[in-house]
Amino acid sequence: MKKLLTGNEAIALGAIEAGVVYAGAYPGTPSTEILEILGSHPRSEIIAEWAPNEKVALESAIGASVAGGRALAAMKHVGVNAAADPLLSFAYSGSNGGLVLVSADDPGLHSSQNEQDNRHYARLAKLPMMEPADSQEAKDMVRAALELSEKYQRPVLLRTTTRINHSKSVVDSGEKIRPPKRPYERQPRFNLVPAVSKQLHVDLEARMLELAAHSEESPLNFIEWHDRKIGVVAAGAAYQYAREVFGEKASYCKIGFSYPLPLKKIRGFAEQVETLYVIEELDPFMEEQIKAAGIKCLGKDLIPICDELAPSVVAKALLGVEPEMVKLEVQAAPRPPTLCAGCPHRGFFYQAGKLKDVVLTSDIGCYGLGGSPPLNAKDTCICMGAASSLGHGAQKTFDFFGEKKRVVANMGDSTFFHTGLLGLMQTVYNNSPVVTCILDNRTTGMTGHQENPGSGFTLQGDQAPVLEIEPLVRALGVRHVKVVNPLDQKAMKEALEWALAITDAPSVIITRWPCVLKRLSRADREEFGDYFHRCEVDTPACVGCRTCVRTGCPALRFDKAAKKTRIEPSQCVGCEICLQVCPKSAIRAVKKGGN
Amino acid sequence: MSDVKNILLVGVGGQGTILAGKILSNGLLGAGYDVKMSEIHGMAQRGGSVSNQVRYGQKVYSPIIDKGQADILVAFETMEAVRWAPFLKKGGLLVVNDYRIPPAPVLTGSLDYPEGLLEALAAQTPTTVIKAAEIAEGLGNGKAMNIVLFGALIKQMDLADIDWEAQIRANVKASFVDLNLRAFKAGRDAA
Ligand SMILES: Cc1ncc(C[n+]2csc(CCOP(=O)(O)OP(=O)(O)O)c2C)c(N)n1
Repeated sequence: MKKLLTGNEAIALGAIEAGVVYAGAYPGTPSTEILEILGSHPRSEIIAEWAPNEKVALESAIGASVAGGRALAAMKHVGVNAAADPLLSFAYSGSNGGLVLVSADDPGLHSSQNEQDNRHYARLAKLPMMEPADSQEAKDMVRAALELSEKYQRPVLLRTTTRINHSKSVVDSGEKIRPPKRPYERQPRFNLVPAVSKQLHVDLEARMLELAAHSEESPLNFIEWHDRKIGVVAAGAAYQYAREVFGEKASYCKIGFSYPLPLKKIRGFAEQVETLYVIEELDPFMEEQIKAAGIKCLGKDLIPICDELAPSVVAKALLGVEPEMVKLEVQAAPRPPTLCAGCPHRGFFYQAGKLKDVVLTSDIGCYGLGGSPPLNAKDTCICMGAASSLGHGAQKTFDFFGEKKRVVANMGDSTFFHTGLLGLMQTVYNNSPVVTCILDNRTTGMTGHQENPGSGFTLQGDQAPVLEIEPLVRALGVRHVKVVNPLDQKAMKEALEWALAITDAPSVIITRWPCVLKRLSRADREEFGDYFHRCEVDTPACVGCRTCVRTGCPALRFDKAAKKTRIEPSQCVGCEICLQVCPKSAIRAVKKGGN
Repeated sequence: MSDVKNILLVGVGGQGTILAGKILSNGLLGAGYDVKMSEIHGMAQRGGSVSNQVRYGQKVYSPIIDKGQADILVAFETMEAVRWAPFLKKGGLLVVNDYRIPPAPVLTGSLDYPEGLLEALAAQTPTTVIKAAEIAEGLGNGKAMNIVLFGALIKQMDLADIDWEAQIRANVKASFVDLNLRAFKAGRDAA
């Protein structure tokens, strides 16, 4: 049956059809939906799990492969960095049951902190790689990758980009298979000690030569002959853009099996066209290999290396043409993402932003938005889990030079479980007075409310033990720990003052209040009650000082002409932060009738 | 020349552009077209600018609509029409909701919501202004604004042989079917 599916839906369908028994991931845009969809299948069909981080997700998938089942791990591009350790070594062992790693890259940084090109991992780890150009290919390649993985005992990288993960195109569903489990035997290749790995490296190089030969024959690499003045080598979304720009005025060597590259096929193609373009997003990954093989081509001399491509970018670079557009005199104001009305993080950032002589090390999550105006409460954000560890190094360095600065680190609950707890361990073990604030909104907010080890549920909906942060932090050796409701501004302010007064040891503040968009569980309701109501401005009492709007709440509207604040009733949930910060007591709470 | 048509739906996270795009693309698929649709998730959901891009024809390659390419731009919010206007082709049709969602810098009073946008847009490209919020509220639920705009879009699209009402039934929750069918009709009548 023909259906419109996103690349992620297609990858999930491909995994189900190909009989994957274990799928693991840590969420991350643009890969998240793959596991969300697999998690909606029953446990009798597939085991689908959220792991605390990508390293753990991949390691569990490796375990499934070693045991003899088909396995899939999915993550965003930077997640592969976290999983690189098992990836590069398991490349030596090789798979038993087929193993596919989906790396979802984000050219254009739609929602990421960098724009790295994970095709390099294929080369670095010596893995075969496939790159789909639409949803049908995404689905088919999952199956092809698993079969290849079993045939050559290699884990396979399925590399996608945001436009492939999040675009819908037509997919024909296929039959479901359940390949028999492969036998498990104790084998030296799964036990990487130097003497074993030395030989495995030799075997691995031999395998790569076999795979290069396979790539030449693979139906995933094919030539489309049209006009032969221009020849294009392209893969993934870049192929679609090239096809859009040149139509039948060029011939195409479409690459789907992109590592090892089919260099003989490309050479034969190059010989029959006048000019060869290599059109690829981000780095000259194919181009450098093609040039190193002595094949003349044009690529990054003309096509930008930064940002995602689009047909217009390709057309401008290679044909020098620009589209005709509607031009306007007026301009739109920027519309940056903001913390939601009622977001518990606001309570923390409003107070943290007022602290003097502190460096606010942060991390990656909704709480990263605490750095935007008007809160402006963030100094650093590098990668998941870095807030306390980076803060530790900074604090030690300030202290070394006698500089009076204090580090206040913050991260969300999911980030804490991901790798943040190791940074906290560092502040204890190597003792620094970093104040670590764990913003526990009881869910993984930014990526769309996935369950995590602290939320009490698994991806497939089973109840799980709740990993409580406070005892965990104490077990790590932190002696100074406080739990506060971040919406209580007095308590939040006092907690920060309390922690900053501790100068000889690390401290932790856990702000505990649910994300305003979270569907509350029974346990949440028991703990937090049904707190929704709303606030309104006592207009005559409002003096227009704008203190409330400096909380950055999107439910507040400041009317410049009238010099008054108004609260948009459809957006306010009654978190009462504006009420508490108003110096004139001009905001009051009104209980919502009924619910 | 390619026969591919490009419909760009833009708005603010939470306005329901995705549902409208889904109904549109499923209807087109059912009518035998090749269809591609792109949407951006993630950060933009937290009150940011969002787009939903639908392309259809005999064979569609690129999943995204590029600058100067959209045959029709439907803006669910007025300022978003301005932001995305460069994606319209010369002479392309604009359907714009006369509805403002002030962004953060305007809410805090550090920037003003620009004035005269509808006039500036109409001066540059054929424009249909719809008061979709008022219409939807008149039907009893402001949330149906997206389907009012969808109705207005269909009126411009000249695809009368597709049973859009069946598509609406298939893609919205049962309890909202009646409301959305009325919103669809109201949108068509208003365009
Ligand atoms: C290594 C890595 N994995 C995944 C992501 C994607 N990601 C960004 S924020 C986030 C969730 C953060 O959740 P939490 O720490 O609970 O904070 P919240 O968003 O709820 O405030 C994820 C998974 C990433 N940026 N880097």
